[in-house]
Amino acid sequence: MARLDLEFAAQPLPREAEALRAEVRGFLAQEREAGTFEPTCDCWLHHDVGLTRRIAQRGWIGLTWPERYGGGGRSILERFVVTEELLAAGAPVGAHWVADRQSGPLFLKFGTEEQKSFFLPRITRGECFFAIGLSEPGSGSDLASVRTRAVRSDGFWCLNGTKIWSSGAHRAHYMIVLCRTEPAGEDRHAGLSQLAVDLSAPGVTIRPIYNLAGEHHFNEVVFEDVEVPDERVVGGVGAGWRQVTSELAFERSGPERYMSIYPLFVELIRRIGPEPGAATASELGRLAARLFTLRQMSLSVNGRLQAGFSPDLEAALVKDVGTRFERDVPEAARMLAPFDGDGRAEAPFPSLLADALLHAPSFTLRGGTNEILRGLIARGLGLR
Amino acid sequence: MSEMRDMLLDSARRIFADYCAPAKVIRVEQGEWPAELWQALESTGLPLMLVPESLGGSGLDWADALALLRLSGRYSTPVPLGETLLAADLLARAGITPPAGPLSVAPACPGDLPRLGNGDGPVLSATLQRVPWGRYAAGIAAVVRDGDGRRVVLVDPAHGVIEEGVNLAGEPRDGISFERAPVRFGELLPEADVSFLLRMYGALVRAAQMTGAMDRALELAVAYAGEREQFGRPIGRFQAIQQQLAVMTGDVAASSAALEAAGERLGREGAWFFAAVACARIAEAAGPAASVAHQVHGAMGFTYEHSLHLSTRRLWSWREEFGSEREWGERIGRSLAARGADALWPLLTETETGDTQPPPG
Repeated sequence: MARLDLEFAAQPLPREAEALRAEVRGFLAQEREAGTFEPTCDCWLHHDVGLTRRIAQRGWIGLTWPERYGGGGRSILERFVVTEELLAAGAPVGAHWVADRQSGPLFLKFGTEEQKSFFLPRITRGECFFAIGLSEPGSGSDLASVRTRAVRSDGFWCLNGTKIWSSGAHRAHYMIVLCRTEPAGEDRHAGLSQLAVDLSAPGVTIRPIYNLAGEHHFNEVVFEDVEVPDERVVGGVGAGWRQVTSELAFERSGPERYMSIYPLFVELIRRIGPEPGAATASELGRLAARLFTLRQMSLSVNGRLQAGFSPDLEAALVKDVGTRFERDVPEAARMLAPFDGDGRAEAPFPSLLADALLHAPSFTLRGGTNEILRGLIARGLGLR
Repeated sequence: MSEMRDMLLDSARRIFADYCAPAKVIRVEQGEWPAELWQALESTGLPLMLVPESLGGSGLDWADALALLRLSGRYSTPVPLGETLLAADLLARAGITPPAGPLSVAPACPGDLPRLGNGDGPVLSATLQRVPWGRYAAGIAAVVRDGDGRRVVLVDPAHGVIEEGVNLAGEPRDGISFERAPVRFGELLPEADVSFLLRMYGALVRAAQMTGAMDRALELAVAYAGEREQFGRPIGRFQAIQQQLAVMTGDVAASSAALEAAGERLGREGAWFFAAVACARIAEAAGPAASVAHQVHGAMGFTYEHSLHLSTRRLWSWREEFGSEREWGERIGRSLAARGADALWPLLTETETGDTQPPPG
């Protein structure tokens, strides 16, 4: 069905969200003063368990979850504010990122009471980290082709297969693994399930994959006859595909889809100085106009989510437009301020620019490539 | 969206659908004045909707007007609706009751304003450049220098010599020369620089119209991609086409969000900044959006017969009027640079108000 009337109404933030913002800013100012971290691009991939624990103590992990599971019982718009403040500071929030954004909400929506009571409080205390178990060596964009399989045994599922690109798996406690629990039939989306797999279980091997910057975020995770207890199936057996695709609006529309390079943008302004020439000012201003607009788009989608809608098309648009902005900022930065190609030079502008250039290829790949997103948008337009 | 706005848009949509068929728009481009369309709009009171009720209007706000103008842009509405809304608003702010009929504005740069003279009353001797729809206007609102201050004046083009001109879309953009023409002027305005205000609202009018023109271009391109068959299937089935239309949808979505955000903030302290963001973002989207729409339409969209050009020629024209994305980007960039790197975040999150005025120049 064609959807040409896109909904991007202005979404003001409620007073309580602004009060929370002040708290987060105060906290981050203290952390910066104590020198606990330096701002980086892509800060939501960087682990700092100490910072995660301190954020947890403030109650900012699982902010929207019910209080009986250790959550904050607050709104999606309040979570938006906390998230954007942490990203703006370039704070290393990678340890709890996946659990807070994806795994926790998955348990809340589809999990058993036992799973909620077991996992959610641990996540909110900053003690339980998750990794994503979707892609495989032979399954990327075509996710339904996953071959990792779990076979029912006596009281457990026997898991075999390989997951890849699992950021932070080497520091995570659990992985939500999408796997086949029935052979692929005519409906290739049927017969898939999600298991919460303990990464310390026998039969799990985690190998690092270094990215082009020489950093270790990615992993290959191999499962060989891993026994996963029955009670670690998340949601329905065979309902994996529906579950995986049901909450995508949330992860696609967040500020991390246009703020991965925010610390660079700030330092670019500093480098340009207070009185730029007309051409430089104009280029900077047009980039800023994209940033300001993206925030409004993201806020608007989060407002729709808060109101109980599922704005999948709008969310895919935020991610496509936002990640293209992220790719363009380092390219614009090197035109607006001199850069000699050496990221180890005087900080922070050159090192942030180097960081952004080396990470940029991943912006439009991770969490679903832009080509796949545009396919979804085209479907929303009624073209397929 | 308010109920009031819904009603307003519904009645406007009916008028646009009845009177703005592509053939009609073409006839206006060729020199015909669409009197029936204008009468229909006037009978609903839409052109004066921003004017306070005490001065004969309905006292609606700019956010409503921008939604109306987006719709008018979708239909390439060939009358100076935005110009009349803006002129009437400026005149009313200056305490002048707007005259009946279509109105326009003189889109001078803030640094380049004519000076008010004195005869038997205030007079204007100047050439106003590229006045939109000038030849049809019952009155033109212009900003002039008066001593050290600025004033909004109302001048009747009948008192001037008109040199007809057009933009790429065949819309009238006329030079009008006045020699000691009588003007009406109102009180000196409290706004520090009313000439900037005129430019800003003018650019917002165009931004709203451009968003509507992009809405239409996307609608046409998606429909065409579904109908046109090559290699035995509709071209919209090809990923190469789908990808381009998805990218264009992103530009339309961003324009929509930027316009809504600006409309919501007008009238508040520092609102110019969000207006500038919308003007820069939307003008920047116009070119790429038009490119995709044409690429998808192939040679058919390059013909005079097909109506796509009604939208795309307007996009190519409107993005230049009242300042292109280069000009609006420069204002944003200079303001950000002057306030410094650490001011960006408070500004982005609106926890601090930015510059109340744009950088001068």
